[in-house]
Amino acid sequence: MTAVIGRRRVSTGVRLVLLIAFVVIFLIPIYVLLVTSFKPLTEADPGQAWNLPRTWTFEAWRVAWEKLAPGLWNSVLLAVPGSLLSCVLGSMNGYVLSKWRFPGADLLFTLFLFGMFIPYQGVMIPLVQLLVNLNELTGLQGVFYGGIPGLTLAHVVYGIPICTLIFRNYYVTIPDELIEASRVDGAGMLRTYWSVVLPVSAPAIAVVIIWQFTSMWNDFLFAVFLTGPTSWPTTVMLNNIAGAQATPYSQQMAAAILASVPTMLIYVLLGRFFMRGLMAGALKG
Amino acid sequence: MRRARTWLPGLLLVTPSIIAIGVFVYGMLGWNFRLAMTDKHDEVSEGKFVGLKNFVDIWDLPRWHLSVQHAIMFTLVFVLGALVLGWFLAFLMEKGIRGEGTFRAIYLFPMAISFVATGIVWRWLMNSGMEQRAVGLNRLFDWIGLPQWQWFRDPDWGMAAMALPAVWQMSGYVMALFLAGFRGVPEELREAARVDGCNEWGVYRYVVLPMLRPVTLSALIILGHISLKVFDLIVAVSGKQIITDVPAVFMWVAVFDSHDPAKGATIASYIVLSVAVFVIPYLIWSVRKERRS
Repeated sequence: MTAVIGRRRVSTGVRLVLLIAFVVIFLIPIYVLLVTSFKPLTEADPGQAWNLPRTWTFEAWRVAWEKLAPGLWNSVLLAVPGSLLSCVLGSMNGYVLSKWRFPGADLLFTLFLFGMFIPYQGVMIPLVQLLVNLNELTGLQGVFYGGIPGLTLAHVVYGIPICTLIFRNYYVTIPDELIEASRVDGAGMLRTYWSVVLPVSAPAIAVVIIWQFTSMWNDFLFAVFLTGPTSWPTTVMLNNIAGAQATPYSQQMAAAILASVPTMLIYVLLGRFFMRGLMAGALKG
Repeated sequence: MRRARTWLPGLLLVTPSIIAIGVFVYGMLGWNFRLAMTDKHDEVSEGKFVGLKNFVDIWDLPRWHLSVQHAIMFTLVFVLGALVLGWFLAFLMEKGIRGEGTFRAIYLFPMAISFVATGIVWRWLMNSGMEQRAVGLNRLFDWIGLPQWQWFRDPDWGMAAMALPAVWQMSGYVMALFLAGFRGVPEELREAARVDGCNEWGVYRYVVLPMLRPVTLSALIILGHISLKVFDLIVAVSGKQIITDVPAVFMWVAVFDSHDPAKGATIASYIVLSVAVFVIPYLIWSVRKERRS
């Protein structure tokens, strides 16, 4: 008996040591980001690459903020309305596909799901063409193609599958009797949605907003194909800042941190919901 | 007729999304395929139908061969690396350990960061400078007596190095999936196996691992489809260099630098096909499974 307990304690110790070792490895890039971002240019030589700064300075942060601020603002204009719109569409679809089903709903849902997995490269050239045409058709230069509205449209449309999935899987857990009771009381589809389904939707809404906000904020592919210099979101600007030969490492790292602050904050504050969104991505039915 | 009146409003409510998905997903995939089958190799020409000519011709380009090889090596290292590391982390934690919440949070947080930001740090870490000019990991390796590397600039193994940041970013996700999988194995099943004379290894081998198969499959699909379309990370780490070219970057170059829509569409079609061949069977399988349960 004691031998078993002893062995278990040893194995727990070994596991703990391994886990801590992995924590150190996982945190190396974060150490590099922080330490480098606070270094003055005078300490930029390779010999001191891993040292803490001898003099801490916010200079790199200041410059990075100045360069990145327009991009951050564009990303806010994209991700806030975008994730709210995604929520509305996802919630309606999820409700219908779980509680107000029509013939062929399963097939439709499968067809939607495929949209979640398509590599967006496969739609990019036609999408650019369509948005250019929309610009010409409406006479609104730089709105659809080369503008934030066009980018938002793309993200909302291609976000429909995952948002529908999250809401549908959540609404499946609402007992059918509740919906039935509401129907018997004479409430129609929208009335039932408004008075029965929506009031209990908060967790799914949180998951979808977090998920969509994060993917819109972090997206680079759509942004690089669909936006121009005045509408570049954070990721494109960040890549431009870092890609320029003359940008010192300290500024690159400070800009990378600044670009990651919103999503990191969401992750820290709402990690629980973040996890659920990730799990939904795994198609847990 | 009465029945139709009950379900019709639902269909109407979903109609905007049906139209959007129909146009933006299926319509545009079709449009892209059609474009790939024309000779529209510049912005102005009309583009005549040439069948599968572009799909065949592209194999004459050395750059295409290179980018496919790169994608394969990246995928192998990334998918296996994230799978094994994620599984191992979950394995270390599955029986419960003090501070589990903290460990989980730390392994998972790279997922919240964009590939572009990740790429900036890792480009510094994987800087190929050596000796006096070494920064990043080479400097660190120099101190602790490990050999220094070319990292992603290595002509043979560069893409294996390129997969490291992706492993760093995604293995926490895999860990979370496996942890849920481990915890989904009922304790009674393990106990029953122990009563039948299994040692702990046997319990894993014959009870736990078989039950992790669905999770493993999900993780494989998710990692695989991320890997085949990888773009941001490559651009952030090394830009458009041929030495780290992959189909998604090649497509970008074809569209924006070479101004060759048909070539871009052809590459995009190959990327879609490479994902579709395993995602479509998986989707059909998982929807059927859900309907059965």
